[in-house]
Amino acid sequence: MKTRLPKAYRVDSLDTSIRLARTSREAHLLHDSKRAGVPTPTVYHVETATCTIVMEYVQGPRLKEAFAETSQLDLSRTCKLVGSLIGRLHSGGIVHGDLTTSNMILRDGKKLFFIDFGLSDYSRELEARGVDLLLMSRAFKSTHYALYSKAFRAVIDGYREVAGSHETQLIVGKMHEIATRGRYSERSQRGLLSNLE
Amino acid sequence: MPSLILGIESTAHTFGASIATTEGQILSDVKQVYIPLAGRGIHPREAAQHHSAIAHVVIREALTEAKVNAKELDGVAVALGPGLGPSLRIGATLGRAIASKLRVPLIAVHHAIGHIEIGALTTHSRDPLVVLLSGGHTMIAAFASRRWRIYGETEDITVGNLLDMFGRSAGLPSPGGPEVERLAAKGKNFIELPYTVKGNDVSYSGLLTASTKLLQAGLPVEDLCFSVQEVSFSMLAEAVERSLAHTEKKEVLLVGGVASNSVLRNKLDLVAREHAALFRAVDPRFAGDCGAQISWTGALAFTHHMFIDVRRSQVKPRWRVDEVDIPWR
Repeated sequence: MKTRLPKAYRVDSLDTSIRLARTSREAHLLHDSKRAGVPTPTVYHVETATCTIVMEYVQGPRLKEAFAETSQLDLSRTCKLVGSLIGRLHSGGIVHGDLTTSNMILRDGKKLFFIDFGLSDYSRELEARGVDLLLMSRAFKSTHYALYSKAFRAVIDGYREVAGSHETQLIVGKMHEIATRGRYSERSQRGLLSNLE
Repeated sequence: MPSLILGIESTAHTFGASIATTEGQILSDVKQVYIPLAGRGIHPREAAQHHSAIAHVVIREALTEAKVNAKELDGVAVALGPGLGPSLRIGATLGRAIASKLRVPLIAVHHAIGHIEIGALTTHSRDPLVVLLSGGHTMIAAFASRRWRIYGETEDITVGNLLDMFGRSAGLPSPGGPEVERLAAKGKNFIELPYTVKGNDVSYSGLLTASTKLLQAGLPVEDLCFSVQEVSFSMLAEAVERSLAHTEKKEVLLVGGVASNSVLRNKLDLVAREHAALFRAVDPRFAGDCGAQISWTGALAFTHHMFIDVRRSQVKPRWRVDEVDIPWR
């Protein structure tokens, strides 16, 4: 059961509208992601009045913990799976909006579930998909810095298997454009990104 | 006997000089700030002209206030980036000249790491999730294995930019943050504005456009200031909350010029409490750009013999914080 509790740091009207919108969005997107071929917890019941979703409990460590604890874990294979699942989401017209290794659960060491769809959206725009992959890359770079190049390369390989090389090239290019949009942009990523294209 | 380090800050609109000891005492902190013409932003060349005109006075005052003779200095630290090229070059030129003249080592300091270290020094934070908010940065970072790792940042303009640019369009004096805060306290009605959080990232360009349009449409400036602060700071609080859940840090350290905003401090305090973390904000005297952030970080680098050859000390206007190796943490 997941209840979005009021956040004391937001004014009431803003807080209420955000919690309501995210609850209903998450419930829809959890369901539609399954249809796109991405394992997610099954939604049993939604109660908008309390911003609550009752859903299936997925047993297993978050991917973040799996990376930290299991030396046996096949990094390339798992990251490739991450990439192909992102590819399936995107092919299904869905962007996750908060891709981190905290928002993926590894069941029985092989089946990967995506969770936390509160920031997700229906979108086929290149921009939205580029942001999705950029967030994924940042999560690897900050939390799993030692594995970063190998891991993220495998993510892109997995993505390519689903989306095809043309689409992947477009998205990686977009990712680069978004990354260099802010101030003091990620120059250091350029080398890696150009290798991926 | 601790060593004495002169620090020079000139990355943007502030020219600052400070003397710090390698034991963490800030003996002086002097600055002069270039104020752009009303309604305008920083003009890089004018800022550089301002800095070059007052630099010698500021440095001399920093020495006098610290009761230190230039000959007693053990090292000179200068912020080589990131920032505005013309401004950076004033500080860099002076730093090189003083270090060469005194025959002491030159130390290159990253401006943002300066913000973090002066924050850590004044709050005694040990291993915090850092929230750096200023005109130049909007970033959430944590330290791991010799580097600051970035968990979230703005995808377009910084929160300092947002407040400055919104303030300017409302005809408020620069910098906009304190003025927006003052007017916001009189605002009553919350006006809905774009709230854009992407994972641990934020995006402010939509909020700036929308709020500026509503201002032109004649909505009360106090209500808009209130709403711009509410939305932009709530977005940050949410990004911080998510980063805190992900990193499981037990301290949150707020640094940078925007750290002096009390509305923001309250929101981050609430987030930290909910995650059983301690919230601390940098001493307000050292929140905005200042020489002390450079002298103290320079002192840390000095104790690790991180010196830079004058011939290789070119400025780095786009230097990223996660490119800097840090041996002292």
